[in-house]
Amino acid sequence: MIAIIDYGLGNIRAFANIYKKLDVPFKVAHTTQDLQDVSKIILPGVGAFDYAMGQLEASGMRPKLEELVLEKKVPVVGICVGMQMLARTSDEGQLPGLGWLDAQVKKFDEHSIQYATHLPHMGWNDVVPVKENKILTELEKDAKFYFLHSYYFHCNVADDIIAVTDYGVKFSCAVNKENIYGVQFHPEKSHQYGIQLLKNFADL
Amino acid sequence: MLTKRIIPCLDVKDGRTVKGINFVDLRDAGDPVELAWQYSVQGADELVFLDISATDEKRKTMAELVKSVARQINIPFTIGGGINEIADADILLNSGADKISINSAAVRNPQLIDDLAAGFGKQFVVVAVDTKAINGKNYVHLNGGRIPTGIETKSWVLEAQERGAGEILLTSMDHDGTKGGFDCKQLQKINRMLSIPVIASGGAGSREDFAEVFNETDVDAALAASVFHYGQILIPDLKQYLKEQGVLVRQVNEE
Repeated sequence: MIAIIDYGLGNIRAFANIYKKLDVPFKVAHTTQDLQDVSKIILPGVGAFDYAMGQLEASGMRPKLEELVLEKKVPVVGICVGMQMLARTSDEGQLPGLGWLDAQVKKFDEHSIQYATHLPHMGWNDVVPVKENKILTELEKDAKFYFLHSYYFHCNVADDIIAVTDYGVKFSCAVNKENIYGVQFHPEKSHQYGIQLLKNFADL
Repeated sequence: MLTKRIIPCLDVKDGRTVKGINFVDLRDAGDPVELAWQYSVQGADELVFLDISATDEKRKTMAELVKSVARQINIPFTIGGGINEIADADILLNSGADKISINSAAVRNPQLIDDLAAGFGKQFVVVAVDTKAINGKNYVHLNGGRIPTGIETKSWVLEAQERGAGEILLTSMDHDGTKGGFDCKQLQKINRMLSIPVIASGGAGSREDFAEVFNETDVDAALAASVFHYGQILIPDLKQYLKEQGVLVRQVNEE
C-alpha cells in the first residue's frame, strides 16, 4: 500500500488520480495511524521550505516517517519541495530539513541563467539520467518533465545523483540513496513520462 | 533546456466549451474534459479554461469541471473567469486546478493579487491583462477590450509583479481575433521589464506566427484558442514546425 502524505501541501489529488488509473492500491495519510501497513511513501510539497517543514512537524507524522524510512527502509520519494525537505538545510528557510540525504538546497544564481525570465524555473525541461536507476526505466532519452521552483537540490555525495537538468547550472533533478528517492519536477503533472515514473516507483 | 510552452485556451459556459471544434475523434465536441484530454495527448504544455458564464451556479459548476479535468489529465491547467475573492480561488485550487487567472477583479482591487499570493503562493497566481493602444500608448482594458481603464499597461504589469503575480498573460486586443500574428513589439517590451514569465496571447493565425513570437521575443509561452479548436493548427504539426525553426519545444509521441 502506497501512502501519499497529506500534511496540507501539494496536489494530493493528482497523485491519487494517477494511482487510481494505474489500479495501484494507495491511501492518503493524514495522521500516524494512517501509516500502518505502508510499503511505499510519497512526500509531496509545494510552497516555502520552512512552511512545509512546519506543516509536516505539526501533522505529527515525522517520527513515524523516520522510523519507516530510516529503520525499516521503506521506499520514499520526495516531490519538489518534498524532495528539498530531504536535505539538511535550505537557502530558502531557517529550519533544518529532514537530513535524510547529505545535501543542501540552494537558490539559483540569476546571473547564470541566460533566459529572459529568470525565476521561477517554470515549464518543461530535460531530465538527463547520469546512471541507471529503476525509477527512470522505460523513459525515452529526451524525456521532459514539468518543473516549478526557484531553489535547487545540491548533493554533497555525487553518487546519490541519478539525473540532472540544466537551468543556468546543472542541478540534481533526481536523486536516490538506498530506499530514499527525490525528484525536483512534478511527475503528477508531467503527462505520460510522469505516469511512467510513478509506476516505476510503485513497482520498486 | 527549458522549452517554450504552447497553451490552448478553452472558453467554457455553464460547463460546456463554447467555440466550435472539429477534431475527428471527439465524441462530444462541447465536453471540455474530452477536449482537454485530446489536447494533452497532442502535446499541449498547459491548458487555460476561461469561464464566461454568468450564473449564480457558476462557482459550483466550475469546481465540478476542475475536478473532472484533474481526474482525466496530468498536465498543468489554469482556471480564469469570475474569480473575485480568496474563496473563489480556494475552491478551484482545492478541486485540483494548478493556477488561477485573474483579470478585471485585480484591476478593481489590486490587493487581491497580494492576498492570493500570500494565501496560496505566487506560482498559483496568473494576472491576465487585456491591452489596447490609444494614440500610440497601451492601456489596460476590461470586459474584452470594451472598457478602457486609463491605466498604462506597462505600469500595471510592473505593479502586478510587485504585488505577487507569478505570470502575466498579456492579450493584445488590437491583435486578438485578427489572426494576423502576435503583437511582438509590445510583448518584447513588456517581457524585458519583467522577471516573471509572460504568456503571449492575441493574434495567432498560423504556425509562422508562433515561430515569430518565439524568435523575435523572449516570451516563455504562447496561448491561442480558435486556431486550435477549429483544427486549423494541430499541436504536433506546430511543435514539429517550431523545432525546425530553431525553437525549443517538447514533442509528444502519440501512443
